[in-house]
Amino acid sequence: MGTAIYLLAFSVLLVGLYAVVAKKNVIKVIVGVCVLDYAVNLLLVLVGYRSGGKAPILTPGEPVADFAAGAVDPLPQAMVLTSIVIGLGVTALMIAMALRLYEKFGTFDLNDIRRLRG
Amino acid sequence: MQAILPLPVVLPLGAAFAILAMAHVAALKRLTTLTALAAVAVNLVLSFLLLAAPDGRLFVGGWGAGKTLGIEMVSDGLSKLMVLTVNMVALAALLFAASYMRHFRAEGLPAGADRKLWLFECLFLLMTGAMNGVVLTGDLFNMFVFLEVAAIASYALVGFGCEADELEAAFKYLVLGSVGSAFILLGITILYALTGQLNMAQVASLLPKVGATGPAVLLAAACLLGGLALKAAMVPFHAWLPDAHPSAPAPISAMLSGVLIKACGVYTLGRVLFNVLGPSVEYGGVLAAMGAVSMLAGVLLAVGQWDFKRLLAYHSISQMGYVVLAFGAAAVVVSQGGSRTVASLLLFGGLFHMFNHAVFKGLLFLSSGAIEQQAGTRMLKELGGLARRMPVTSFCCRVGALSIAGVPPFNGFFSKLIIIIALAAAKLYLLAALAALVALVTLLSFVKVQRYALDGEPEGKAAGAREAPALMCVAMGALALICATAGVGAAFLYPRLFAPAADALLAGARALAAGGAP
Repeated sequence: MGTAIYLLAFSVLLVGLYAVVAKKNVIKVIVGVCVLDYAVNLLLVLVGYRSGGKAPILTPGEPVADFAAGAVDPLPQAMVLTSIVIGLGVTALMIAMALRLYEKFGTFDLNDIRRLRG
Repeated sequence: MQAILPLPVVLPLGAAFAILAMAHVAALKRLTTLTALAAVAVNLVLSFLLLAAPDGRLFVGGWGAGKTLGIEMVSDGLSKLMVLTVNMVALAALLFAASYMRHFRAEGLPAGADRKLWLFECLFLLMTGAMNGVVLTGDLFNMFVFLEVAAIASYALVGFGCEADELEAAFKYLVLGSVGSAFILLGITILYALTGQLNMAQVASLLPKVGATGPAVLLAAACLLGGLALKAAMVPFHAWLPDAHPSAPAPISAMLSGVLIKACGVYTLGRVLFNVLGPSVEYGGVLAAMGAVSMLAGVLLAVGQWDFKRLLAYHSISQMGYVVLAFGAAAVVVSQGGSRTVASLLLFGGLFHMFNHAVFKGLLFLSSGAIEQQAGTRMLKELGGLARRMPVTSFCCRVGALSIAGVPPFNGFFSKLIIIIALAAAKLYLLAALAALVALVTLLSFVKVQRYALDGEPEGKAAGAREAPALMCVAMGALALICATAGVGAAFLYPRLFAPAADALLAGARALAAGGAP
């Protein structure tokens, strides 16, 4: 396991980045952004992982030191939840805009949606 | 006084949701504009209160106080300066919008677009509240969350008109912004993995122990600085700005160019560089190079523009280049053990220019909106003689143009002069010369604006233009007054606003860590 899983997360990230940069279809770009998001989320949750760790719920009477030694880190899990919710908002907005773009331009092809120069 | 720290964030966010509810109650529908204005005005008062109060820190909800487990809010010199800037420009933009958006007609909105005014106000308040959050938080992940809230509101506002160009610009901005955000989160993740902390001061004090120049820290720094530079529209990552900023309604352009790229881009770059990663020659060099290139490329691209708002947008890239250059040069000076006075002067120049840019670029975008609404176009070649048709707007526009062009005694002159002198004092003569050259080209570009839009006989589309409504004139006049007085008032503002802000950055990691536990 070790570093392999981190390399996997990084390669997923690169796949997402590639889709955003190279693809010319609005929907594929959106999928690319989602993949990029998920790669970062995966990495985030991996940071708190500990092999053989248990769920970070402190039961009454359990010594805190034992708990800290055995449980996985709960903070990245809270962060990843927040990040997923943000990702949901961004994705919803992107899809809404893609639909509006389709109404205006009649296509999802970014080569044809190019009026601005910037 | 620490107890009011969360208010500048909570108040606009609360008002935004209140407006959503009020818009659906017939009796309260008309009060949405007043609510929004009141929320921002109270925020401005709060930011003056914060300015008068000593530095403070607060763990929200009392969570983990002293153990840095909870989310910390910090008000130091820099945060106070930024909160004041954000709310000042926000109030002017919202006053302007109260009149402007009633006449804002767009294809996507049903007839009587003022029925959707509440939607605009809601998004506007979300953006303002989130920006206050970005500048007040002392927690890296919290900063990311507020960056995203501000960004999502701004994506929606850029596409508010729902016309083809606006949607295209908004989509481009949305995709690039999301990629930037993903990298910022990646950087924060790596820092958390290394230090086990999210609190900025704690991360800063723990980083040297895990090897501040190790490959993992460098990767985190690259992700963070790259992502934040995208938010600040520095040159390799600037492609979205010239599309997104002109496409938004004018008050939003003023907010985006005036404060969003600063609060979400330049401020965070400075904060992360000085107070989290710690200044080093490498990071400082990268920022200085990026700033110098943006400064030059932005102005060269701006010179050829005939669309007023697009021209202003390119100038934003160029002017932010000055600020990032000053920050980067200061980091290099500090890390080489150079004179603290020179570094402090560089930071003062950068922060003063950031404040000034917020005011005059806000003013210029507001006046471009007034001109566009009255003349029906923003192409400079189709305008002319507006000085006779719209005297107040034209006067304010001239003040803004003279400020950005660096003509004494307006504020832009002083901040550019300080940056150039400080660069020379840091023995970066080439960069000082470049900054002076860019100032000259900026002047030329704004002579063109004056010549084509304001001077001469009213003709073409400008012939039918009339003076903008009183509320819009008040908003522009207030910003013009600040432009005219902030420069000569620098001696008054320096010890109150800018010196504490520069100190907060220079104090760097150590001082923050020393005060880590209240």
